[in-house]
Amino acid sequence: MKSAARQDHSSATVAFNRREFLRSATGISLGGSLFSFAPAPALALPGAKKVVVVTFGGGARDEETFMPDGQENIPHLLDELIPRATFFSQVINRGILGHYVATASLATGAYETFNNFAAVPPDNPTVFEYFRKDLKRPATDAWVVAPSNGFARIGQSGHRSYGQGLGAGVILPKRLLTAALSSGSSRDYDHLLIDSYESPVYSETLASDAQELHKLAAILKLSVEDFTKLARSLSSPDELSVFVARQLMRRLAPSLLWITLHDMDIAHSGAFSLYVDGIQRSDRLCSEIWKMIQSEPEYAGKTTMFILPDFGRDSDSEAGGNGFQHHRTGDARSRTTWLMALGPGIRENVIVDRPVESIDLVPTLGSLLGFSPRLSKGKRLAEIL
Amino acid sequence: MMLPRDLKAEHFAKYPLEARQLATRYLALLQELPLSFLPLLLREVIQYDWKFPSERRDLDRQLSYLAALPEIERRRMLAGFAELKLSASLTQMDWSGSPLRFSEELTAFLWTSHQIDSFRAAAVAYVEKLDAATPKEPLAAARLAIVLIGQGVAENQRPLFRKLRPQGTYFKQVDPQGGLQAILEMVARRAREHPLPFAHWYIDGGAAENLAGADLSRVSYQSLAPARAALLDRVRSIAQAHSMGPEGVVTALAQMQPSQLGLRGDPVLNRFQADLLTQGSGTQVFSTTFVQWAAREALRRAQPLTLLARFAPRQREQPMNELLAGTHPNNGPDPQGALIDADMGAYYTWLNQQRLSEAEKASFLIWFEGHSEALAIGPAMDRGAESDQRLSLAQILNKLV
Repeated sequence: MKSAARQDHSSATVAFNRREFLRSATGISLGGSLFSFAPAPALALPGAKKVVVVTFGGGARDEETFMPDGQENIPHLLDELIPRATFFSQVINRGILGHYVATASLATGAYETFNNFAAVPPDNPTVFEYFRKDLKRPATDAWVVAPSNGFARIGQSGHRSYGQGLGAGVILPKRLLTAALSSGSSRDYDHLLIDSYESPVYSETLASDAQELHKLAAILKLSVEDFTKLARSLSSPDELSVFVARQLMRRLAPSLLWITLHDMDIAHSGAFSLYVDGIQRSDRLCSEIWKMIQSEPEYAGKTTMFILPDFGRDSDSEAGGNGFQHHRTGDARSRTTWLMALGPGIRENVIVDRPVESIDLVPTLGSLLGFSPRLSKGKRLAEIL
Repeated sequence: MMLPRDLKAEHFAKYPLEARQLATRYLALLQELPLSFLPLLLREVIQYDWKFPSERRDLDRQLSYLAALPEIERRRMLAGFAELKLSASLTQMDWSGSPLRFSEELTAFLWTSHQIDSFRAAAVAYVEKLDAATPKEPLAAARLAIVLIGQGVAENQRPLFRKLRPQGTYFKQVDPQGGLQAILEMVARRAREHPLPFAHWYIDGGAAENLAGADLSRVSYQSLAPARAALLDRVRSIAQAHSMGPEGVVTALAQMQPSQLGLRGDPVLNRFQADLLTQGSGTQVFSTTFVQWAAREALRRAQPLTLLARFAPRQREQPMNELLAGTHPNNGPDPQGALIDADMGAYYTWLNQQRLSEAEKASFLIWFEGHSEALAIGPAMDRGAESDQRLSLAQILNKLV
């Protein structure tokens, strides 16, 4: 318990820096006073509610984002999104700091304990299963767009009361790209198609599956040729993910859409400039996703967007780590991150200081959409609802 | 299941010679240590034959200190480790014969069992007590680290040394003429004046400059090109066989011998270089990562008196659309990206130098190679200061050390 107490204290320090910067930069107000009165009732929204969750499957530190030296990297988050959002400055991840297992924990609301590199489903039911089972939603109403093979099983759990047939569709754009490029010289694309930046060396590629590609092309109403052509016009896999998400929104308009951005995890290669490029791209893509939501008739005015990194990265002061490069030490910076929510009924320009956990997302989504995440270990974020 | 008290000298039969002798000498101590700690210590012992002198001294000091401690105090010191709960599969491993593999499994288990924070706290407390109880010997000379960044950059608009400026004096009118030569001469002179093994290092992200007559430990990205190619071939063959996941690849690479990478010469330096490539992430691909990690590991392990780290342009990371176009692949150098990497790498080099003994006496110089910007940190330099004085690198070095 002592170490947990120290963790809280250190996390609070991280959050304090973030909060102080936000307050000075955006004039944001403190949400502590929210506890002095009852939460505002949800607005009467036209039509069914929708949720888009954007996670960063590769943490970004405050030094490169919210601290003075880093603010140049996140102009869209700071100037466009945070003024419209309720922002939680202290979101702690007490689980395993590997991107697949951590993202799965976000999606189940319970700290999963499986091997980060194993192709296994989460043990606990996912948010997609709760959503579909409780609300009797069809398979087309919940989708995940995720970066790599490792995320292939994130759509549905191995839980015997949920699982089979109740999960979300999962699209792995890099895998589609691999299939689309299978006739070419794949060696040229090694870096582009790398499955996991957490791998020890920088050269793993994905297995291709042409059948899967054609199936998804049919769903997205996009020919393989057009998909490949489009990929040739984009500068990164995350841009491809956002394009796929846009196609999903236009073709299927899922009520629950989960997008995991991954480019910034190139930090594992140790090239600081590429890591910063990834942050800047994610910042821009978050803004684009928000604009997509506002411009698509099926989403405008009824969609709540959540943005959160799965966790942080090691601090510079931790001798056992190597700063931004990895997230191996389990120190406060690597465990502490943030969350923002924006959309109809969400209070704007509010910062919430109290510590919350990353597993609190699922119960919050449950309250928002009306399902019961009965096996989640998190707690509903009252400030949002 | 074997417990530490069951440990015998024959369990070290496959250890290299000096490691075996060391383990046998401290057998009685090792039998008393908790299982959650002992294999981590053996992981260091088993590599004794390839350790640098400073690492050997640290390990010797640690073992003799633990052996001399009254049992009750030793138990108290290691209580944080002893309280960790291990799985049955861990206790049944060959932890004495394969301590590295055990430590990998232990790490994974600590994460999944939510004990990693407790382990971390125990490790921090242990190291603090050990450091306090076993002070280091005085250094032969104050440490000096020099980092050169920006090679190949003609013009730069980005402010440099932002993280380091509060620590020292920023020189903005440096005369770059003869700068590299002055730095090389300073490094060579220190090596001659304090001729200690592995005490003076030169790490280069390109091809190393010739420094005849100086007894330096040299590592360069270019000289390791055959080793890097051999390693990447090995990784590709593993990947194509689909025989193991990323963790298996880590283990397989960690077991590669320097000779398998074509490394010949000093066995200690060879092992160090092999470790850089097999255990460092990104060191095989980006020269900037290589230099930063090599400097970090040299400082952490060899604890040198002198370190020169010279960054060079790294290969360009191609955007997706260019890669897919495929007609004219451009993976040439990216000097501007390398400058940003190196600026951060220099900061990390300073941080790592500060973690060593007598940090308060240490000096540090960073120079935007071939240009007029430099920053010097040390007892003789003002902190957070700027200087417009027109000075050569030789003059700044004379002020610094």
